[in-house]
Amino acid sequence: MTELIRKTAAELAAQIHSGEVTAVEVAQAHLDRIAEVDGAVHAFLHVDTEGALAAARAVDEDVAAGRPVASPLAGVPLALKDVLTTRGVPTTVGSRMLEGWLPPYDATVTRRLREAGVVILGKTNMDEFAMGSSTENSAYGPTRNPWDLDRVPGGSGGGSSAALAAFEAPLAIGTDTGGSIRQPGAVTGTVGVKPTYGSVSRYGLVAFSSSLDQAGPCARTVLDAALLHEVIAGHDPLDSTSIDAPVPPVLAAAREGASGDLSGVRVGVVAQFGGEGYQPGVLRSFQNAVEQLRSLGAEVVEVSCPSFDYALPAYYLIAPSEASSNLARFDAMRYGIRVGDDGTHSAEEVMSLTREKGFGPEVKRRIMLGTYALSSGYYDAYYGSAQKVRTLIARDFDAAFATVDVLISPTTPTTAFKIGDRVGDPMAMYKADLCTIPSNLAGNAAMSVPCGQSDEDGLPVGLQIMAPALQDHRMYRVAAAYEVARDAALGGAPILSVPELSGAAR
Amino acid sequence: MTAVAEIMDYDDVVARFDPVLGLEVHVELHTNTKMFCSCANVFGGEPNTNVCPTCLGLPGSLPVVNGKAIESAIRIGLALNCEIAEWCRFARKNYFYPDQPKNFQTSQYDEPIAFNGYLDVTLDDGEVVRVEIERAHMEEDTGKSLHVGGATGRIHGAEHSLLDYNRAGVPLIEIVTKTISGTGARAPEVARAYVSTLRELLRALDVSDVRMDQGSLRCDANVSLMPKGASELGTRTETKNVNSLRSVERAVRFEMCRQGAVLVEGGEIVQETRHFEEASGTTRAGRRKETSEDYRYFPEPDLVPVAPSREWVEELRGTLPEPPGERRARIQAEWSLTDAEMRDLVNAGAVGLVAATVDAGATPAEARSWWVSYLTQQANSRGVELAELPIAPAQVARVIVLVNEGALTNKLAREVVNGVLAGEGEPDAVVEARGLKVVSDDSALEAAVDEALAAQPDVAAKIRDGKVAAAGAIVGAVMKATKGQADAKRVRELVISRCS
Repeated sequence: MTELIRKTAAELAAQIHSGEVTAVEVAQAHLDRIAEVDGAVHAFLHVDTEGALAAARAVDEDVAAGRPVASPLAGVPLALKDVLTTRGVPTTVGSRMLEGWLPPYDATVTRRLREAGVVILGKTNMDEFAMGSSTENSAYGPTRNPWDLDRVPGGSGGGSSAALAAFEAPLAIGTDTGGSIRQPGAVTGTVGVKPTYGSVSRYGLVAFSSSLDQAGPCARTVLDAALLHEVIAGHDPLDSTSIDAPVPPVLAAAREGASGDLSGVRVGVVAQFGGEGYQPGVLRSFQNAVEQLRSLGAEVVEVSCPSFDYALPAYYLIAPSEASSNLARFDAMRYGIRVGDDGTHSAEEVMSLTREKGFGPEVKRRIMLGTYALSSGYYDAYYGSAQKVRTLIARDFDAAFATVDVLISPTTPTTAFKIGDRVGDPMAMYKADLCTIPSNLAGNAAMSVPCGQSDEDGLPVGLQIMAPALQDHRMYRVAAAYEVARDAALGGAPILSVPELSGAAR
Repeated sequence: MTAVAEIMDYDDVVARFDPVLGLEVHVELHTNTKMFCSCANVFGGEPNTNVCPTCLGLPGSLPVVNGKAIESAIRIGLALNCEIAEWCRFARKNYFYPDQPKNFQTSQYDEPIAFNGYLDVTLDDGEVVRVEIERAHMEEDTGKSLHVGGATGRIHGAEHSLLDYNRAGVPLIEIVTKTISGTGARAPEVARAYVSTLRELLRALDVSDVRMDQGSLRCDANVSLMPKGASELGTRTETKNVNSLRSVERAVRFEMCRQGAVLVEGGEIVQETRHFEEASGTTRAGRRKETSEDYRYFPEPDLVPVAPSREWVEELRGTLPEPPGERRARIQAEWSLTDAEMRDLVNAGAVGLVAATVDAGATPAEARSWWVSYLTQQANSRGVELAELPIAPAQVARVIVLVNEGALTNKLAREVVNGVLAGEGEPDAVVEARGLKVVSDDSALEAAVDEALAAQPDVAAKIRDGKVAAAGAIVGAVMKATKGQADAKRVRELVISRCS
């Protein structure tokens, strides 16, 4: 029974739909696993045992009655990042500000998951308002990396990536504003996909930076990510920035890629991402991946994207600017905590006191940065210039994709760092997103797929694959082919070498 | 000691200064739903009942633009002779206030949907003033707050505050004029005429209820004075809370007199928001704009740009009503009205009402008479505008038809109208319920006439002697006996025939 937790989502779905196991058994196995290891990992902020079992029972009833199941993932458990609203289930966004808030509505992603019969186990930890690269900025304490409990699981979606690596769930949802799906995926040895901006609805995604935020699938295999991608993607009239176009055929591409042939596929290595500041073991793992892609038949060339050097500073103007406005609504008037409402303070004072208490230091830092960047007299120099850089980055992508099908790079310059190491150095922390940010600024698709472990510390390394907007299937094909070759070379999936956590109570 | 505002004599003000105006009018559109969500757009209602995650600004919620609101915005722009943007965006105007659910207002900043237009305004003496329009842009309304306790009714110092978000997200169009100068002593009149004409136009476009008393049309008046011969604009004040046409004129006039008094004493005008006090006709200082407020505008990332196709714009142009000036000229000619009659009609805000009454079957003369006399009196005594009386043109037309058919006397007709105004239903229902039908049954009337003649034999004798004028006394008695429900003309005929 405990082996249920080691299975892929595709395997679990097949067993549930054939009646071999029940969805309730699968859910219970994962709930048991969470009870066993989450004290040490702290991937979850809230476990919805009753909701999960009820959803699982509904799937079992369909199977028992011989009715068609709701989707290919019906009955499979999932860990949902706490940035997506869930009706009647706490949604904190990792912030003290929303402690105790029970949303009156489901995010579109949540609704689609429910309608697909996916069993939502609970809500995962994250950096407060998705601002961070280590999950240390959560108001509810850090999540630990299952590969080494003294290290971070990445961020902001460290709860979702750690839940996968700790076998607490076979599927998870993340959101990626500057790399919050891909970088945690990389440092936990899991797959994380940021779909094309606008292909997954943002309705119900508590906004950090509206023009960059994108929810996406997280899993332990490329196929599982593709299955989940097809459940959550698609046009949503409730999100004006949602693209009204068919979902790219990512599942078919993942299956096609698994045949292991990449003949005719042109792969570009981004020249700007490497060298100084990159951990040598990360670069060596990346080089191995490049060689494997060649051996699969891909044509690999180096491509220069000079504007990518300005992506990080541009991001740290645009994202905080939008955040300063998006987070203005947290004022204690309608929801969330309220501080100082004791009859002696005015509404304005209550707003200030609440924001002082409710937001953590990184959130305040970014609100201040953004407020400054949007101020009259500074707007053109900061926000305006950053938008120009954004255009240049999109042009670099366009030029690159005129000659190659996908671009690749390491997902993040280093392996998982120690908890506490970068807390006092925001710039060092920000650099974790160096390679992931360009795709957020340009809005194209990008993913991270595990590419073995760094030879110097044995920790996972991620291969980032980027594709043009709405060509998400290209990167799935490459990732699936690479996955097969990688596992053949390593003698099995690298995630299976994650240390045993059983009884690892701390 | 509180400083009492010194007021300068109006003639002195205009002798020494040139007033410069800028008028900002906010119009609430009467679309079925709000600007960015599908909540009902209705005035009033139990607090916080027409709300949803989006208009409450709940975490994670997103706006979706109301297409009908964009259509209305374009039609307003076209009617104001504006250019319509081929591509424009919404922007966020960031400021903290509890009745603003997101603490930013989704508005338009440097890319309004309509710009560079004008509206020709006819003054009382027939002079036409062209008011240039800077822009008309789309935005959302805020909620309403009620600050309880404290001295000022403002948020600062209040004991507690109550918030109603029913209005939050209601579509607004803000129409901003360019500076209006060179109008001299007529500035207050120009201001009123502009708002009046704009209201008439918006009503004809059928895009808004345009009720100043309910806030669906709100005017902020920017006023400054420039010494005669000067070329630099003076410091302006912005007067809010101007809730009627009359108030627009009074507020501008008062500000001119107040500013004149400050300036001649060598003082400086403080750039500030002022509130118009209806009762005293004065303005008081409100929020001081010590530093120009920084709203940190930036393009709204949750919405895609609005790019109305030229075909659509031209299609909408085809739906525009007749321009107010042309419409007035046509109506005046068609109804054969004198200039004075037409002006009364316009000032009463009754042109559209009379036209609708005529359309419903009344003659222009009858319709005009009802609206400018009896109904105007009723509106005045209730302190509301004519259009706000709870009676529809079709109902007035029905009353007129009943009078023409002889079913009602003029006196009874007024009672029927009173019944409609009192909410007793349609005219026919009021007639029924109040028993107001003219007594046209001759046998009943004959009996009443005989009774009256018998009661006043001396009068009866005079009539029989040919003194027909004496019949009035008998008619009066009959009318009294029938509680006014008889047709006096018929009664008179009966009296004379009984005495001949």
